[in-house]
Amino acid sequence: MATFLGINLFGLFGQLLVGLINGSFYALLSLGLAIIFGLLKIINFAQGAMYMLGAFFAWMALHYMGINYWAALIVVPLAVGFIGVMMERYLLRPIANEDHLYSLLLTFGIALILQGAFTHMFGSSGMSYAIPEELKGGNRLPFMYLPNYRAWIIVASLIVCAGTWYMIEKTKLGAYLRAGTENPSMMQAFGINVPLIVTLTFGFGVGLAGFAGVMAAPVYSVSPDMGSNMLIVVFAIVVIGGMGSIGGAILTGLGMGVVEGLTKYFYPEASTTVIFAVMVIVLLTKPAGLFGKEA
Amino acid sequence: MKSLKKSLLSAAVASVFAVSGAHAAGVSDDKVKIGVLADMGGVYADVCGPGCVTAVKMAVEDFGGTVLGKPIEVVSADDQNKPDVGSAKVREWVESQEVDAVTGLVASSVTGAVTKVLTDNKKIALISTSASHAFTTKACSPYNAHWTYNVVSLANGTVKPMVQAGKKKWFFITADYAFGHALEKVASGVINGNGGEVVGAVRAPLGTTDFSSYILQAQSSGADVVALANAGSDFINSLKTAAEFGLTEMMDVAGLLVFTPNAQALDPNIAGGMKLTTGFYWDLDDQTRQWSARFKERHGSIPAMGQAGAYSMTMHYLNSIKEAGTDDSDAVMKVMKANKPNDFFARNAELRNDGRMVHDMYQVRIKKADERKSADDIYEVEKVIPGNEAFQPMMAQCDFK
Repeated sequence: MATFLGINLFGLFGQLLVGLINGSFYALLSLGLAIIFGLLKIINFAQGAMYMLGAFFAWMALHYMGINYWAALIVVPLAVGFIGVMMERYLLRPIANEDHLYSLLLTFGIALILQGAFTHMFGSSGMSYAIPEELKGGNRLPFMYLPNYRAWIIVASLIVCAGTWYMIEKTKLGAYLRAGTENPSMMQAFGINVPLIVTLTFGFGVGLAGFAGVMAAPVYSVSPDMGSNMLIVVFAIVVIGGMGSIGGAILTGLGMGVVEGLTKYFYPEASTTVIFAVMVIVLLTKPAGLFGKEA
Repeated sequence: MKSLKKSLLSAAVASVFAVSGAHAAGVSDDKVKIGVLADMGGVYADVCGPGCVTAVKMAVEDFGGTVLGKPIEVVSADDQNKPDVGSAKVREWVESQEVDAVTGLVASSVTGAVTKVLTDNKKIALISTSASHAFTTKACSPYNAHWTYNVVSLANGTVKPMVQAGKKKWFFITADYAFGHALEKVASGVINGNGGEVVGAVRAPLGTTDFSSYILQAQSSGADVVALANAGSDFINSLKTAAEFGLTEMMDVAGLLVFTPNAQALDPNIAGGMKLTTGFYWDLDDQTRQWSARFKERHGSIPAMGQAGAYSMTMHYLNSIKEAGTDDSDAVMKVMKANKPNDFFARNAELRNDGRMVHDMYQVRIKKADERKSADDIYEVEKVIPGNEAFQPMMAQCDFK
């Protein structure tokens, strides 16, 4: 096997690719959070629970209604997004003018309630969700075996991330959205329905978490605590990327996946900590985050 | 002066007798109170939790609800898998709520803290679901009874036959905390002792979601067997990833600690064929089926081994109180050790002086999808492992007679 400085290069390539796969997953999750966090200034601690809902909805859709994976990829994000819309309209809007701490605590409470309810209904062991037939198996690359489903994760998440970035940064709708959150009263004066935009944006961000949940269901354990395990890491990624920067969240997600993958190879014990170490360093040297604009 | 000394002495002696006399017969506080401490809503809730409470209540009801003419009470609490939460609760139970014995007991870290409190207060720990073997070895106590299984029995049951069958090279994916380390250490000892070798190990932090990096490392290690020294969702996630990356086709994967709810949560196409060791399986014979059916009717799922163990040990505890004629811990422990437990759970069983309940363990194979007759039909029992082969020998310093 090829080695360099005593490191197994094939092993290293494998780890880089796996890191990239995880990174694209992080990108997908942090994207939704970055939209809500960056554009609406809502710290949505329920994002992890929404991701969990996405995975559970996919499982329920399959077992109770016979809706397969591909249909779930469309239906479930819409359902989760709808829950997000309801949450924004009836829970978050009444406290929109209060301190940010209120919405943080509210969403945190919602997350705990959802997690508790699902533990009560389904137990803590989780459910199994099979990989769809079309994506079973894999390809043997020179340095590793790449399961088809993992390749699909990269493709799907890059498409969704790029599409979202384009919509927000380059289209007229995105311009309304950015302007509406920047200066609501001015936009309202132009006849734009800002509250509607806010609600839909929140729903979209939450729906992305639902999408990630469906993507995760076949490869990770569908369990009530899957979201809380993920949430803090994803928050750290958004902070590193720079709050409000959509592109920053995507690139940082990919990058942090690779950093974490390499840590798992060289010093696995630190793999859950390394992202936070990066966060500390970034905050100390560039408080607005890697891609954020200084206030 | 002399007479004062004498009378002081006799008063002291009398008071000692008075105290021990009060304990020697009858039931303290006019009731027997059993506390069930477990993770009620977290990662280990399914393997003991509310199911252990149900099992203990079933035992109390089956026993008749009273012992020596006094009522039996069951209380329960959530330890949240936190040693400080668990030990504070147990301290409150024994110091101000007259709890006589504590059962449940899941996360080994919590059990470690709780057994100290119980031993200090001379109360009995009936350990149903903890894995560590410390409670009957380096942290043994005359008041510990460890029932269902421990890491040694898992290693002897699962690892030993595989090494002896020629699977010599092992790679560990280990949960990076006390339980995982203990399991890896004990299993490595078994591997080395039987002519095998450990070619590598990674320590994955508890709650790791993505194991693909570790699976790649295992793949390139050249091992014959990859041992998963983890539990709960860590186990499920690591096994799912192993199957996805084709590891299960290249080498054997051994799950070292698998509870029935975990096995049920896995896709049979992934987990089918895997061998593991358990202290109890519901579908062993008529006796186990009968009890498990009653349990399922009340709890909604088939019992995990710790839940069946909780019933068995509660029953043995109550029977021993009856025979001892008192709920005094020392007297009850003596009877518990003298009488062999024998019920649907405890086969060829004995509670040794070190507190280790030695009984038959079972090597089982997870059934493939086409072998299953129902959702509960998950294991094929392949081999009964006699207790004396499964558990560690007793240490001299733990021989509490």
